[in-house]
Amino acid sequence: MNGIHDMGGMHGMGPVEAEPKEPVFHAPWEARVLALTLAMGFHGRWNIDRGRYFRENRHPLDYLSSSYYEIWLKGLEALAVDAGFVRADELAAGRSLLPPPNDSPAATGPAESLAIVKKGSTYRRPQTSPPRFKAGDGVRVREMTVTGHTRAPRYCRRRRGVVQEVRGIFVFPDTNAALAGEKPQPLYSVRFEGRELWGEAAGPKDAVFIDLWDDYLEAAT
Amino acid sequence: MANSQHTAPLTPIAARVKALEAILTEKRLVDPAALDVLIDTYETKVGPRNGARVVARAWVDPAFKARLMSNGAAAVAEFGYQGRQTEDLVVVENTPAIHNLVVCTLCSCYPWGVLGLPPVWYKSAPYRSRAVMDPRGVLREFGVEVGPEVEVRVWDSTAEVRYLVLPERPAGSEGMSEEELASLVTRDAMIGVAKVTLPRR
Repeated sequence: MNGIHDMGGMHGMGPVEAEPKEPVFHAPWEARVLALTLAMGFHGRWNIDRGRYFRENRHPLDYLSSSYYEIWLKGLEALAVDAGFVRADELAAGRSLLPPPNDSPAATGPAESLAIVKKGSTYRRPQTSPPRFKAGDGVRVREMTVTGHTRAPRYCRRRRGVVQEVRGIFVFPDTNAALAGEKPQPLYSVRFEGRELWGEAAGPKDAVFIDLWDDYLEAAT
Repeated sequence: MANSQHTAPLTPIAARVKALEAILTEKRLVDPAALDVLIDTYETKVGPRNGARVVARAWVDPAFKARLMSNGAAAVAEFGYQGRQTEDLVVVENTPAIHNLVVCTLCSCYPWGVLGLPPVWYKSAPYRSRAVMDPRGVLREFGVEVGPEVEVRVWDSTAEVRYLVLPERPAGSEGMSEEELASLVTRDAMIGVAKVTLPRR
């Protein structure tokens, strides 16, 4: 989606303000939101791309005026309702209004939770055919208007770049977020010159490297 | 005297989180003890000290550096730093000719296993909007001046590949031990918004 989350190249957001000696969490509830999001993800009813989509598809005013973990909270509430884990009226009431369904998955315990985050979950998949592009190939990001989730930032669409490296075969976020299949395909590290992206405003020695899936690209000379 | 931290009512957002946790716990979908260990992991165990040890090792051990540059995830797993958000790790090296900077313009992708959770500024609109368009201006706001002869490479973390910057080893650190070197390496240097410097004498 052409959403507010897709911020690369926007003006007017102000200076970067780093906080000295910043704590990992600024309030206990932030830590609970992180852990709840991880723990609910363990059930496998959604995936990392769907999680991102439910955070980024908020109204721009809401997105910009919410703190990072507020967005995570709102995203988790929406995911939990969407997956049928809770009902909206339960969230509004602030308590459970009906017993858990019989097919409800069991909570993951402490030891298993640690094992899951330690193991990680790769989105890399086996290669079944040779990638369309190789390092050194000229490519252009396709013009595209995707209403759902996508990981092709607006600022690189229609721009020419050069494949720097083939990263391997990875799950395709656009379909994965929609629960429409993994559609694994080559992922490329593509180098874009700053001036191709931003015109003369960019320095002559600036470059941006973006990881882009095969479906986002077309050959360019 | 009352301790205000314990008697103050919950803020609306804190109350909302507490209610959600209560609902999910009552439905037996989450185990509060599991939440506690997850929080403890990312609050006290996984953090930028991990990445600093990796960088220091790369500075003193050329064979390790070669492994790190060719397969970052496998190399940091030698330290036990594998895991969530570090499944595929690419290490990019700063040199006198190249300065690397990492961003996630679309959300907040960050190599948790070696740097922990990202700071607020990394997830903020100002950084995400400008790092790809005006990297030298952003670096200047962090007090880093990159000369016009230096190429600036910005890595936008749009996929499940995570990036770690291998900073330049500071001049004058030749006699230092690996442990002393690790103490010099900051989180910001491994994102690419700072250089590693020797402590002022």
